[in-house]
Amino acid sequence: MRKTFPIGLVLLLTIALILGCARKEEEVEATLRVGLVFDVGGRGDKSFNDSAYRGLEKAKEDLGIYYEYIEPGEGSDRESGLRMLAYQNFDLIFGIGFMFSDDITHIAREFPEKKFACVDYTVQPGREIPSNLAALKFREEEGSYLVGALAGLLTKTNKLGFVGGMDIPLIHRFESGYKAGVRRANPKATILVGYAGVTGEAFKNPAKGKEIALSQYGQGVDIVYHASGSTGLGVFEAAREKKVLAIGVDSDQYHEAPGYILTSMVKRVNNSVYNTIKDTIAGQFKGGVHIFGLKEDGVGYVYDENNRDLIPDEVRKKVEELKAQIIAGEIEVPRE
Amino acid sequence: MIKREKLLEIFTPLLAVIAAFLVGGIFILIIGQNPIFIYGKLFSGTLGNPYGIAQVLFKATPLIFTGLAVAFAFRAGLFNIGCEGQLYIGSFLAAYLGFTLVGLPGFLLIPLCILGGMVGGALWAGIPGILKAKRGAHEVITTIMMNFIALALTNYLIVRYFHMPETVHTQSIALVARIPRLSTIFPKFSGSPLNYSFFLALLACFIVYYILWKTSLGYELRAVGLSPSASEYGGINIPKSVILTMAISGALAGLVGVNYVMGYKYYFEQGFAGGVGFMGIAVALLGRNTPIGVILAALLFGLLSFGGLIINAYVPKELVEILQAIVIIFVIASSKPFRDYIMKLKKKTLAQGIAGTSKE
Amino acid sequence: MTERVVEMRHITKRFPRVVANDDVNFRVHSGEIHALVGENGAGKSTLMKILYGLYQKDGGQILIRGKEIDLSSPSVAIEQGIGMVHQHFMLIPPFTVAENVILGREPKRGKIFNDRKKATQDIRGLSKRYGLIIDPEAKIQDLSVGLQQRVEIIKVLYRGAEILIMDEPTAVLTPQEVEELFTIMHSLKREGKTIIFITHKLKEVREISDWVTVMRDGRVVGVVKTEETTEEELARFMVGREVLLKVEKGPSQIGEVVLRAKDLEALSDRGLPTLKGVSFEIRAGEILGIAGVEGNGQTELVEVLTGLRKVKKGRIVLGGKEVTNASPRMIFESGVAHIPEDRHKRGLILEYSVEDNLILGHHYKPPVRKRLLRLNFKRISENARNLIKRFDIRPANKELLVSSLSGGNQQKVIVARELSRHPWLLIASQPTRGVDIGAIEFIHKKILEERERGKAVLLVSAELSEVMSLSDRILVMYEGRIVGEVDPKKTKEEEIGLMMTGATQQVASSK
Repeated sequence: MRKTFPIGLVLLLTIALILGCARKEEEVEATLRVGLVFDVGGRGDKSFNDSAYRGLEKAKEDLGIYYEYIEPGEGSDRESGLRMLAYQNFDLIFGIGFMFSDDITHIAREFPEKKFACVDYTVQPGREIPSNLAALKFREEEGSYLVGALAGLLTKTNKLGFVGGMDIPLIHRFESGYKAGVRRANPKATILVGYAGVTGEAFKNPAKGKEIALSQYGQGVDIVYHASGSTGLGVFEAAREKKVLAIGVDSDQYHEAPGYILTSMVKRVNNSVYNTIKDTIAGQFKGGVHIFGLKEDGVGYVYDENNRDLIPDEVRKKVEELKAQIIAGEIEVPRE
Repeated sequence: MIKREKLLEIFTPLLAVIAAFLVGGIFILIIGQNPIFIYGKLFSGTLGNPYGIAQVLFKATPLIFTGLAVAFAFRAGLFNIGCEGQLYIGSFLAAYLGFTLVGLPGFLLIPLCILGGMVGGALWAGIPGILKAKRGAHEVITTIMMNFIALALTNYLIVRYFHMPETVHTQSIALVARIPRLSTIFPKFSGSPLNYSFFLALLACFIVYYILWKTSLGYELRAVGLSPSASEYGGINIPKSVILTMAISGALAGLVGVNYVMGYKYYFEQGFAGGVGFMGIAVALLGRNTPIGVILAALLFGLLSFGGLIINAYVPKELVEILQAIVIIFVIASSKPFRDYIMKLKKKTLAQGIAGTSKE
Repeated sequence: MTERVVEMRHITKRFPRVVANDDVNFRVHSGEIHALVGENGAGKSTLMKILYGLYQKDGGQILIRGKEIDLSSPSVAIEQGIGMVHQHFMLIPPFTVAENVILGREPKRGKIFNDRKKATQDIRGLSKRYGLIIDPEAKIQDLSVGLQQRVEIIKVLYRGAEILIMDEPTAVLTPQEVEELFTIMHSLKREGKTIIFITHKLKEVREISDWVTVMRDGRVVGVVKTEETTEEELARFMVGREVLLKVEKGPSQIGEVVLRAKDLEALSDRGLPTLKGVSFEIRAGEILGIAGVEGNGQTELVEVLTGLRKVKKGRIVLGGKEVTNASPRMIFESGVAHIPEDRHKRGLILEYSVEDNLILGHHYKPPVRKRLLRLNFKRISENARNLIKRFDIRPANKELLVSSLSGGNQQKVIVARELSRHPWLLIASQPTRGVDIGAIEFIHKKILEERERGKAVLLVSAELSEVMSLSDRILVMYEGRIVGEVDPKKTKEEEIGLMMTGATQQVASSK
């Protein structure tokens, strides 16, 4: 036994070698070669990162692109990943998440002949955005404002909850928009706020999400809005258990807990990714900041056959009015 | 004869690594890829070009520091699981000094920031040391708890006071406090953030070796690690050596900040370490708690880490993690019987001299 | 004579680079007590492990009751009626006597349930038959070492052993317990059991055995009938040269008081009072012996004197200087050397080399240490070469791990290190425990030399004969107090033995 094991291994590997030689690396004919770097532990969050991935998939089907993606293992891999793609023959390279802002700026400068795009790019005073870098920014606070108003109008207990992922400025934006929306629609309502943690782990900790949500529901909250990546899956679990409502984020999360999702604040990362690819193919890539707010249909809330029964028409009307006001610039939604 | 045993001790981990790669190959087969092709990519991307080599060295740098920190504590009988927290505090302090003392010249500011990193780590590790020495609180528990506190504390400081708008990092440190990249003298390394901290890591290894095996302090610390009661009998102040061990271990962990804050990003970013503190435990284990071993193990993990990124286009991320875990498991599994075997050989050799058999 | 129950012919056992048993012939007849003696490392344990199936022989034949048997594992040996009473007990402390005895051989009621009642009855039966008095319901952790050994013996008998191998059974016992053990061995013999008794204490050989096989360097060097030999002859066989069994004590000059202990009180590790007011003095040029059954406070007394344990009350004055609750280092520096009772736990760092162990305790000061805490390796190896030569430490290789040395040589390392400090006071606790005859002789000589040089020696030993032969004065400890002082020249061993058990109590009723 002892001796046969390594021999078996070697045999297996030899077979693999032969098979491998028979298979050549595919030479791909594509309209555009797109590379994409997720954030650490990003893929599979059923939310923000997966939305970006959907954009890629759609572009492959509709536009015939070729793509590769990289999932970094730790912080410095973000830069290495971008650089690796830049070294290879990719035309357009995405960084998904605000943490890429610095790295992608540097690399865009280093590779002026390539095009880059960064979702949730952080604009910093005194730093110029290179012309080959598209900064894709979303007005999450506007979408959050609308789901906040919706929740404020529908709460029976006048108590609402918010579960954030990592305790950072980006997520604070969701929180402040949501709070403003609630206050506008229902000044009497109180809002309980909880964050899952202080590291990136906080975006992938469903157990923690469930714990926070259960405690909020336990205190009389009847609708919880989360902005916490896959941590939110725990929030939905809590809603299902308590038979109350939760609000999804980034993607339409109805299918994560059918019947318990009031709506989702959608951030159309997929659209932004898809559109950037489409523009690039058409030769219309534009560097600089691209804002995706309510006006641009970059954010919004879900209203469809799934949740129509949960939202009465007059409530829907009220929220749509607020939406129109924001688009018209009559309401300024606080960002922090 | 002794030489042959030494060789065995060196080759065992090597064999384990090779075996781990073989088993990893099976996993690659299972997901429908060709192991030779994937491994080919992995090695050509890491060792086949200057940039790859530089990246491996860059990734190895923090692992040398944390691996060394764990190994040092281990030699003195302590299990420091708190490197992650210690390096956050140390790095934050290094960054803080770097962006507040902007007026100072580089020859003062650079040592000051390095010292800041060490002091931060030493303080953070010193607390569990004191708790162990004075109250007998087990350092495994306390260092783990100190990790949570460090993460929460730095996050609080960043988010409430020190962050640049819409980011989770501080402002940048003074230009003069930045440690130059190696690409400034080896242009072939260009693109890699590999910097002089790597040499600092090698120097730290030498210093640790020197302290442990060439000084009376090291004599005492290792004695405490091997036999606290005999050390007590030998007049060694055990509480003192526990505190000192933790402080030195923490200082080593704190040096991670030099690589990241002073040599790479030039600011402190919340969550930057991503577990190198914990990887340090694996590095120390793999490196048999010797400075040379730590360097080799850190290089291996650096290679796997950067190589993982390269093959990520063909295989899922998880596979690289599996491969890393298999390496660790194999090395640890292989070490025990082999070491026992070696021990037996040694005993027998001696027994011959005493004209007897095994011990009674 | 009676049947040959065990016959081992031309047994050879090789370990890598060493021949542990070299063409060994060993015969035991039924119903006898056969002593197997030899120095540590002579090969007697290896031989017995082969007989018990723990080791496999490389050559030779084993016949049990005249039939060749392949003893491939202990279970085969047990089937053949061979049982082993190990030196280190293999008992589970929180379990009862009965539970330990039946472990692995539980009598079943139905298929699953242990028949506890039957087990207890069986054990009572064995107890009675062989005079092994014990409560089957008692927990092991509450029993003394002597009683735990009884449990081991019962365990072996319960498995139907006819041939009992006892591996240095007296090493852990008090003199009274040894007497009781011998009584038990006699009754086992009366019941027809055969006993192989491993030891290196010649007095015991004389007292209990019928035949003796002596081993040295892996070979049998002599097989004699006990009544036809002398201790001196056996010692010569064992060591291979003439050995002085009697200590030759010269005159000495008694000087000033070196150490004065007054009303010492201290707690044990468990927090119970263990020293209850101990006072004494030691003068230069004398050996003060402390006798007592182990566990009566001697360990704690030594620890208190050497700074390893804090006193609750009392004072310790060393050469006019108060050292009560001083650190071990301070006490060392005041001129005290200490041979600790447990060399593995206290005296040595087993994973350090011989030379590194030889500087423990003065590693921190010149000349061993140079500036900037650097160790002076030249000095360290010089020191080691020197001491290895002076104290005849074998093998003479300073770079070997001390754990690889034999017990006797390990002890010599400690003695060498401690005496190289040139102390005023030597505290020697169990200095010859588990050490072979040659080393005992050597260590005794060294201790006496200290006395002759006018140093004070405090000798604590569980070996009454050792205390008797070396000391100028003896204090007897019982339950944390000094219950008497005697002059060894004018007192009989039995008398001291009586005091050790609390003076008022009867000595072993089973006698």
